[in-house]
Amino acid sequence: MIDKTVASAEAAVADIFDGATVMIGGFGTAGIPFRLIDALLAQGARDLVVVNNNAGNADGGLAALIRERRVRKIVCSFPRQVDSQHFDARYRAGDIELELVPQGNLAERIRAAGAGIGAFYTPTGYGTLLAEGKETRVIDGRSHVLEHPIRADFALIAADRADRWGNLVYRKTARNFGPVMASAARCTIAEVREIVPLGTLDPESVVTPGIYVRRVVAVATSARTRSAAA
Amino acid sequence: MRRLTREQMAARVARDIPDGAYVNLGIGLPTLVANHLPAGREIVLHSENGVLGMGPAPPPDQEDFDLINAGKQPVTLLPGGSYFHHADSFAMMRGGHLDICVLGAFQVSVAGDLANWHTGEPDAIPAVGGAMDLAIGAKNVFVMMEHQTKSGASKIVARCTYPVTGLACVTRIYTDLAVIDVAPGGLVVVDRVDGLAFDELTRLTGVPLRLPSAAATA
Repeated sequence: MIDKTVASAEAAVADIFDGATVMIGGFGTAGIPFRLIDALLAQGARDLVVVNNNAGNADGGLAALIRERRVRKIVCSFPRQVDSQHFDARYRAGDIELELVPQGNLAERIRAAGAGIGAFYTPTGYGTLLAEGKETRVIDGRSHVLEHPIRADFALIAADRADRWGNLVYRKTARNFGPVMASAARCTIAEVREIVPLGTLDPESVVTPGIYVRRVVAVATSARTRSAAA
Repeated sequence: MRRLTREQMAARVARDIPDGAYVNLGIGLPTLVANHLPAGREIVLHSENGVLGMGPAPPPDQEDFDLINAGKQPVTLLPGGSYFHHADSFAMMRGGHLDICVLGAFQVSVAGDLANWHTGEPDAIPAVGGAMDLAIGAKNVFVMMEHQTKSGASKIVARCTYPVTGLACVTRIYTDLAVIDVAPGGLVVVDRVDGLAFDELTRLTGVPLRLPSAAATA
């Protein structure tokens, strides 16, 4: 029998090791796996390479991981925010490495990893600082840049509902990076509002099929409730 | 001569967005365009975090923090709207599916190069988001910005001195003084504020401008 249900966020992240590459879903207030990040913080893994759209906001979640010096490098598109003070401080002190990636390249490089694509050419970034040193090629008269996949050891994502096979459905814009990150990590862990019996989720509406997901954890409060309360 | 206010600039951009267009409005000044879309036109707004058919902000106390825009503010979904993941959303942007994007800018060059992501100052923390994807991916890239910096320098330049976001990507520039097309032969003034002579606009801009061959300046 397949049962990807894990009893707690702590158990779900227990084997994340020092130096691991960890994708963390979420954009703004939506889709952040707060419980899994809290559990990772308590678990203590260090020297992490984190892939996320941003570099943490305020004091919780990813910002706390950065504050506690658990993150060696961050791969993201938009680190600078009004409340990214913990990243800003570490970056200015030279304590954290930044790989800045155009947001579409971030999504597509993650997608490419999940889809088994070796690399791809895109016009995004051509002629800019972010393409310096990269291979380029003119295709159909247009200049392109070669971009490589981003893979991870773990992906931490948030979804709305799951079943024990790991099928996931999301809620509104909380979907964001979840589906592509789920496909690009060796071990994808999803925190969800609710785990429902097998057969309950409408197969036409499943967004992330369970093949991409290793572990699911039901959390008492959803990210939505937490962010609304914050 | 009276410069356009930010709201007037937004209304001027909105006037040029046709019925049926799929449109992405960048963070900052371009966001104001949503308030001025002409009634009677069905215009579908895209938000890069995974929404088509984005509606206005919800009333207070009805915010849903799972439904936000690229600026991370709560929004609503119009009937017919849809949600999708980030790779799909950027495929729309990079794959040439959006009719128009409206972006803010530090500088635009006469060749249509855009600089809007990074000042390049040594202590600045760079952030790019989806700017480079929109710049190369939308069918029409509209830039909306003040014509001059606070110190009076033109933001329309021969060559960008800030790090570029994309090369030869801007279609049209909307400022508080004029509307200017980036055309193969150079910059063409299609509209300017009342009381601003063409020669004066050229002087303030500091790069060669021309009038449309038909000489009609709306």
